[in-house]
Amino acid sequence: MGQAFSFANIFGKLWGISKEIRILILGLDGAGKTTVLYRLQLGEVVTTKPTIGFNVETLKYKNLTLNIWDLGGQTSIRPYWRCYYSNTAAVIFVVDSTDKDRIDIATKELHLMLKEEELQNAALLVFANKQDQPGAMTAAEVSQALSLTDLKDRSWSIVASSAIRGEGLTEGLDWLMDVIKDEQL
Amino acid sequence: MSTVSYKNKDAYSSSSGLPDKMAVFQECLQQFNATPVKTKKCRQLLAKLLRLIYHGEEFPPSESTTLFFSISKLFQHKDSSLRQLVYLTIKELSSSSDDILMVTSSIMKDIQEGDVVYKPNAIRTLAKVLDATTVFSAERLFKNAIVDKNPIVSTAALISSYNMLPNAKEVVKRFTNETLETIQSYKQFPKDQFQLHEYYGSSTSNLPATSYMYQYHALGLLYHLKNHDKMALMKLITTLSEGSSLKNSLSIIQLIRYINKILIDDESLITHLYPILSGLLKHKSDMVELEACKTLINLQHLIKDDQFMSIVTTLQKLLGVPRTATRFAAIRLINKISAKHPEKIIVVNIELEGLINDSNRSISTLAITTLLKTMGAGTIDSGAGGENVDRLISKMTSLMDEITEDFKIVIIEAIENLALKFPSKHKKLVAFLTDLLRDDGSLQLKTSIVDALFDLIKFLPEASAKQLILMNLCEFIEDCEFTELSVRILHLLGDEGPNTSNPSYYIRHIYNRLVLENSIVRSSAVISLAKFAAVCGGDVSKNIKILLSRCLNDVDDEVRDRTALSLKFINSDHKKLIVSGSKYDLAALESKLTHYLNETDFASSFDINEVPLLSSEELKSIEYNKKINKLESSNADASESNDNVKGSKTEDDRSGSDNLANDLLKQQEYAQELSQVPEFADYGKLSKSTLTPKYLTDKENEVVVTVVKHFFIESQKLVLQYDVTNTLPRSLIQDFSVIAVPDNELYEEDFIIPLAELKPEQTGTVYISFSTPSIEDEDLLAAFGNTINFINREIIDDEGNVDEADEGYTEEFGIEDLEVLPGDFLAPLYNSNFSAAYDQLPHHESSVVTISGVNSLENAVSSLRSSLNLLPLDGSDYVPSDTNSHVLKLFGKDVWGGKVGVLIRLALTGGKVVAKLEVRAETDNFSTAVANGAY
Ligand SMILES: Nc1nc2c(ncn2[C@@H]2O[C@H](COP(=O)(O)OP(=O)(O)OP(=O)(O)O)[C@@H](O)[C@H]2O)c(=O)[nH]1
Ligand SMILES: [Mg+2]
Repeated sequence: MGQAFSFANIFGKLWGISKEIRILILGLDGAGKTTVLYRLQLGEVVTTKPTIGFNVETLKYKNLTLNIWDLGGQTSIRPYWRCYYSNTAAVIFVVDSTDKDRIDIATKELHLMLKEEELQNAALLVFANKQDQPGAMTAAEVSQALSLTDLKDRSWSIVASSAIRGEGLTEGLDWLMDVIKDEQL
Repeated sequence: MSTVSYKNKDAYSSSSGLPDKMAVFQECLQQFNATPVKTKKCRQLLAKLLRLIYHGEEFPPSESTTLFFSISKLFQHKDSSLRQLVYLTIKELSSSSDDILMVTSSIMKDIQEGDVVYKPNAIRTLAKVLDATTVFSAERLFKNAIVDKNPIVSTAALISSYNMLPNAKEVVKRFTNETLETIQSYKQFPKDQFQLHEYYGSSTSNLPATSYMYQYHALGLLYHLKNHDKMALMKLITTLSEGSSLKNSLSIIQLIRYINKILIDDESLITHLYPILSGLLKHKSDMVELEACKTLINLQHLIKDDQFMSIVTTLQKLLGVPRTATRFAAIRLINKISAKHPEKIIVVNIELEGLINDSNRSISTLAITTLLKTMGAGTIDSGAGGENVDRLISKMTSLMDEITEDFKIVIIEAIENLALKFPSKHKKLVAFLTDLLRDDGSLQLKTSIVDALFDLIKFLPEASAKQLILMNLCEFIEDCEFTELSVRILHLLGDEGPNTSNPSYYIRHIYNRLVLENSIVRSSAVISLAKFAAVCGGDVSKNIKILLSRCLNDVDDEVRDRTALSLKFINSDHKKLIVSGSKYDLAALESKLTHYLNETDFASSFDINEVPLLSSEELKSIEYNKKINKLESSNADASESNDNVKGSKTEDDRSGSDNLANDLLKQQEYAQELSQVPEFADYGKLSKSTLTPKYLTDKENEVVVTVVKHFFIESQKLVLQYDVTNTLPRSLIQDFSVIAVPDNELYEEDFIIPLAELKPEQTGTVYISFSTPSIEDEDLLAAFGNTINFINREIIDDEGNVDEADEGYTEEFGIEDLEVLPGDFLAPLYNSNFSAAYDQLPHHESSVVTISGVNSLENAVSSLRSSLNLLPLDGSDYVPSDTNSHVLKLFGKDVWGGKVGVLIRLALTGGKVVAKLEVRAETDNFSTAVANGAY
């Protein structure tokens, strides 16, 4: 703790972004949220179990401190998402692109969430995940299904990803950081 | 203000300076939701919150939910001391919030890869967070934690598994192998366990490498997983007692207790288990030695004399150790032995005499009372009597001057007990008590002496003893400064005096009270005299009337009232109103009244006839039993009562002082139940029921059957009540019936009321009614062969439905026999003079039998006692251990109202007990039944 005056820190203070950036990862169960989180933090694929509750990790990304909350997506846990909305800078919404049956439910949950007052200023990044799988919907198809173009007054983006292969994740996160920096400045 | 004083009721924490609840709540929300988290601040806040919670404060549901979610946000910070507090708080909140499942994943992650400092906290919290649906996901985690190398982690997992048993028994069962592995393993505290805290500094080298505490917890868990499986339990016990796999003293003590439980269930296992217990009589931990002694003492009827001596040797050694608690425990056990077998501990007399001067009062008291008993035993053994009692008395007398009143009271009780146990020695003991009565003393002391004397009057067989005590009491009230004692003594004189050979002696003393005492004593004296007049009649009555008429002018209202009333009753021959032979059973009366107040709508008035009326003899039986039971248990607790500590109810107490009164109540309950069954409506009064149901199957059987016999003597009916429990979780039982076949043709089956249906875990009743022989008939006794028959249908869903297409299958098998024994027609009854009562009974019969299944006189006595259901008199249930013959005197009454006495001479030869029974009965024919059917 002694050398708190690192350059980044002073720089951060100067730009008014010393505080941690709070990000939520949401999405239906089995979409790959937990896999995404640890791929980002550890750079590797971990074996996961359905999340009963949440995982929270802090990670440094490009001089920023990200405080990432991965909430469970099971039906029984979705009602609790809202307890973690406050002070959220961005939401990463993970979609299992192979799960065409439940894309409607994902759409419903997404729009329900975006209606919430506390998330009005949050940026939205959608991962069209599991692109490594045959028959996965493309990002455009997912975007279409989720009616993302209907979103007004919100910075959003959709990125095709594979958490298993590590593809698309940094690309998406880079976009998110740019948006957040813009907004914080 | 008022709330503050209310909270103050909690003695353990003062509410002064308790933080304001809502302020803490607000601050928590603010701080816990902030980023980044200020760890120190949050820790302090959690501590405040916990203080509120521990103090009994509660938050309304919505607040408590909000609070929970904000606390859950603290999981983002890795600070380990913050995390510990988070866990403590979540554990407290877990009971009040359903949302608790939201921390499940986070906790599991901590258990998998978190810091060892808070891992145990995490494990314990997880056990509270999991529910029946989520417990499966934690199975692997728990298994790993149980076998963790760190003893603290392992312990936390074991305790948590134990706590999860009620909700997740099936899952916890799967931890069995891991738990077994742990109990046998060696787990060391991590080297840096204590260095984390500066308090321990560099002195870690002084700390033990392990406490083996996990063995204790593992054993507790295993027991719960296996306690329905006797074989598995036996195997566990054998494995754990081999070598020295259990290092932790507490776990060994626990093992001993489990052994004890098994033995209580199945005494035949003693041959396997005794070696284990006796091995533990020598152990480096005195706690273990004490536990082994205690257990073996309770099992003393199962072990041989020389085996018993090794217990005494261990206790003897423990009497000399420096640690007070150990000495106390040891002498307590010795005292317990002395209640039944004083002769077995004569060897420790020297140690006991030394302990009279022990600096610990409880120890010295126990030493004295124990000595009193062992010395008494010595007296019996020598047969010569005299000298030993003299020696004892002189020892006591010299002691009495040195000790405080509390001690004296304990000694008085011990002397009384001695006199009751050994009635033949009463003279000296009574003299000792009456001498003491003459000395100075407080009300408390005098009361205890008077109490003792009262008991002796009631229960000593010889009339001369009674007379001796009464005369001493008369002398005492001549100069008694305590009104309440005078009143009690006058009452007793009124009850007992008229039946003695010299009533006029007492009348004189009582009359003196009328002249000399205060009004309270005078009014008791009036009633007392009236009793003499009512009972003695004749000249006595005439003279008393003259004496009483003088009291009509007494200055005191009460005295005049009582006199006028008494005279009226005497003159008009309403003597029943002065002396009555019977009293209501108070316990039954109380329970009936409570029932009446709670259950009925007061439409009908309370029926006093439902309360059993007890004759004075029956009352005495109850008191006598109480006394004897107290004798057996009180000695062990003597020290507690002495210190005015209310001793916790021990097992001995449960054997119950109110046995007889309870039996009466139970009997009434049965009568009530049977009267609900229309088929039995015209059977009349229920004469007698067996009180403890007899098991006709194993307690673990798929259908458990117990039976109770109900006798209606007047209408000559016997109703067998079979209570049936279905223990099959997936079976529906239908058309359950019992086929009971008597071996005595005089018993004829009238009808059976079968059971239509029995769901799992349900208990139902089958009744069979028989017409029975009468007492004039040749053979009263019988044995019934029992067979049960039912349809078993499988349950196919969770609602308990059965497959209609599947008709199930019929099962029929034999269960144990049921016998009608002489004891079924008998009830214990007290009589202070067995010989006299016995000699008067007209019908004689005798028989000689070998009592099967027992190997000692003591066991034979208790077996006869329970099979005949009679009361042992003259202390004849006490069998000294070093004798080969014994005389047992049993007394009681039969269901036809006649008295029955049985004199049994027992002899031990070649490991067998032979008994010669001489039965005398008032009821014709019955003596034969008793003599032939006792065994
Ligand atoms: N093929 C493929 N499988 C993936 C990918 N991302 C995740 N998975 C798999 O999907 C399954 C579920 O992943 P999780 O990360 O546990 O899903 P989740 O969204 O956290 O699920 P909940 O915690 O129940 O809400 C796992 O078996 C992952 O290995 C991906 O990009 N491609
Ligand atoms: Mg997950």
